[in-house]
Amino acid sequence: MDFVGKDPLRRDGPRKLTGDERYIDDIDLPGCLHGVTLRSTIAYGRIRAIRFDSAFPWDQCVIAKAQDIPGENFVTLIEKDQPLLASDKIMHPMEPILLMAHQDRALAYAALEHIHVDYETLEPVYAIKDSLAVRQKLFGASNIFKEFHVEKGSLDDGWSRSQVIIEGVYRVPHQEQAYIENNGMAAYIDDKGVLTVIGSLQCPYYVHKALKQMFRLDDGHVRVIQAATGGGFGGKEDYPSLIAGHAALLAMKARRPVKIIYDRQEDMAATTKRHPALIHHKTGLTRDGKLVAQDIDITMDGGAYATLSSVVLSRATLHATGPYTCPNVRVRSRVVATNTPPNGAFRGFGAPQTLFAAELHFEKIAKVLGKDPLALKRANLYRKGSITLTGQRLQDSVGATEVIDRTLGASRYQQKRKAFERWNKDARKPTWRGIGLAIVHHGAGFTGSGEVYLASRAAVSIDKEAKFEILAASTEIGQGTQTVLAQIVADTLKVPLARVDVPLPDTNHVPDSGPTVASRTCMVVGGLLKRAAQDLKSQATKALGRVPKNPTDWRRAARILCGDNPRRRFETSYKKPAHVEWDDATYKGDAYGVYSYGAAAVEVEVDKTTYAVQATRLTTAQDIGKAIHPRLAKGQMIGGLAQGIGYALLEYPIFKDGRMVNAQLTNYIIPTAADIPPMVAYIIEKPYRDGPFGAKGVGELPMDITAPAIAAAIHHATGRLITSLPILPEDILNAMHPQKEQV
Amino acid sequence: MHLKVNGKMRKYTGPAFKRLIDVLREDLRLTGVKEGCGEGECGACTVLADGRPVNSCLIPVAQMEGKTIQTVESLGTPEKLSPLQQAFLRHGAAQCGMCTPGMLLSAQALIRAKKAKTPQDIRKGLSGNLCRCTGYQHIIDAVQETAKKALKR
Repeated sequence: MDFVGKDPLRRDGPRKLTGDERYIDDIDLPGCLHGVTLRSTIAYGRIRAIRFDSAFPWDQCVIAKAQDIPGENFVTLIEKDQPLLASDKIMHPMEPILLMAHQDRALAYAALEHIHVDYETLEPVYAIKDSLAVRQKLFGASNIFKEFHVEKGSLDDGWSRSQVIIEGVYRVPHQEQAYIENNGMAAYIDDKGVLTVIGSLQCPYYVHKALKQMFRLDDGHVRVIQAATGGGFGGKEDYPSLIAGHAALLAMKARRPVKIIYDRQEDMAATTKRHPALIHHKTGLTRDGKLVAQDIDITMDGGAYATLSSVVLSRATLHATGPYTCPNVRVRSRVVATNTPPNGAFRGFGAPQTLFAAELHFEKIAKVLGKDPLALKRANLYRKGSITLTGQRLQDSVGATEVIDRTLGASRYQQKRKAFERWNKDARKPTWRGIGLAIVHHGAGFTGSGEVYLASRAAVSIDKEAKFEILAASTEIGQGTQTVLAQIVADTLKVPLARVDVPLPDTNHVPDSGPTVASRTCMVVGGLLKRAAQDLKSQATKALGRVPKNPTDWRRAARILCGDNPRRRFETSYKKPAHVEWDDATYKGDAYGVYSYGAAAVEVEVDKTTYAVQATRLTTAQDIGKAIHPRLAKGQMIGGLAQGIGYALLEYPIFKDGRMVNAQLTNYIIPTAADIPPMVAYIIEKPYRDGPFGAKGVGELPMDITAPAIAAAIHHATGRLITSLPILPEDILNAMHPQKEQV
Repeated sequence: MHLKVNGKMRKYTGPAFKRLIDVLREDLRLTGVKEGCGEGECGACTVLADGRPVNSCLIPVAQMEGKTIQTVESLGTPEKLSPLQQAFLRHGAAQCGMCTPGMLLSAQALIRAKKAKTPQDIRKGLSGNLCRCTGYQHIIDAVQETAKKALKR
């Protein structure tokens, strides 16, 4: 292989390093107006009236309301419950009500101050327990967007065989994606009458579908183009459909291009976050530490609208046991409505929440049984042939043991554990030290039959000069999509990497390859492109009479293949791997085609005076099947772990009256270079037979690992098991001195 | 007023209290200057003023009269990258690219001031520039390597 497994320079690197890359706010659109959004200031109620100050020069502004929407006033995703603009009912703070565009951005914001909304307020519901008690009916009769009940074996059998039963409760908060580029979108009607939007987004065809319904347009009259996108992490999966709809509505009214660029406060306060969750574990074991029963109960806060909550809950449910096998399991879960801005996708998509609980619960079990947590985990760990919660038999590509072994060796975990225990015995030391290890699994691709329903398509085309182009809707959002997909195609064709072009997605040009989410781009879309390239190559071989080997061969083959056309396109669509069987009705079968596995050992130092925690070293090993581009893969592995450090120690969205009050980078703290320890990453390759070159998912896995490892390290350092995130100095203070909690 | 930007004298006639970032992006079309937070926390808008990194979102342009300003556009071009840019590219230190211009300028200043000797120095020196993608390790590696080479010269 000439390119796969090597580290060619990333495609978009030189442009990004020189300021040459064009993000949406950098793109000039002649005559463009700036759009802004009037948002609700209450959490729950009705709009009585909207009043405009008569003295303001409204003739300079373009105003759009719900009544202006030509099609359905819904943002199409899973449920039709979220309006593009609220017209009557207000379900959460920061809900969009009205749009305004002006030539001058500052004046557009100023104009919003001259609009007043009169509300009839209702008693809002913020707490999960109040939602479940149906204090108000926010969604259906029960306020439950979705619930699952998955069982394996018999819990009664499990309890009767249990020699010890241990319970624990775990809590995780919201988390903000905090991509450095805020959301932004521009819209215009082109000279052929096509509604065109261009912007920062992960899923061009999600936006395309939503726009068609809002504006009652057919496929040919909506076009979605991705601009260079400054990070997404799930935060640009669903919300861009709203912003696109807003910009488009203003552009239609104004008959001019309109750009909406959020500032940081608006982005943080209005757009989606990771779902907070409350997770209860009750676990039965034999005295020597074998799992015999797991009863897990999960409740998530979905916010005011359904958005992606049902699928987030599904992934949370399917990862709830951790990478451990147990004969008798029950997982019950639900996601409920509250009067807070809707929660949505964030790297890991439900799994970081439940894996935190699963891993930390093992710490608790170890503590109660007086055993080593690692030995306990090993005794129950997934291996080849293990049966999961849904009855899936793990066949090949199970690297759980390998990632632990490599992490242990490279981190010198056992030696450090002993050394730190000696350090902690010395009362004169200014700190406590600890090392914790966590192990997780993460299913790649859509859950269950999701990939079958998506029916993704991707293509490779060749032009007469034998230049190749990748046609896929998968977006480059920093992870290296363009580079990795080009490597897969170039290696399959056996042509130089430079001959393969990867343009940013444009729905006029690329087929629907599904969304850029769920760790699926390399494994699923990369697999489609590999097949398309194989098809192209076999057709070229047929045309030429032999395998094309050099540029002259390829040009001859290209001219035959293209005929009278400038290009010839070879498209493939998703085929379910033969070994994957799933039943949506019973939630039985292969929940994912394959899982990736990751372990990390984190060392921490806790200041005895301030209780500040500094992570001092992090070692990780992750089984991702095959690293198409090891350096980019490590970028994902390390970058995801860093977001986990924030989740564990720093990031704490504070909600008051349903609204995030610290919607600023000044007081919503994400890690700086000084907060992150040196990190060393090892790639383990247990190839997946249905992934291109053996590759499986890498994007989300690392996000799952760090938080439980840090909580375990703090436990090791201080002897206190803190079961809620983030772990702030005051939480450690309270855990060390419970009596001071009342102060 | 006059500003010396990327080696050229540029004339500016707009409001004196316009933010430097807006003058650079809107009036001078230097869109390599990025806005991430608008309140001096994220460092994406970092430019060098007389060689020192500053948050251009916090500075009224009037304060820059007579100063020399450098943006990322002064470091290199896609065809001819500077040594630091090349190291960033090789190490995979740029992912989504939004923090990259500011990060490069802060790192460049750190290297010139000979304050990039150890990884700890670099972590401290770059702690005003937030990156959400990389976890910083590849950035630290790229800066350390470039600083080492610069010291040898």
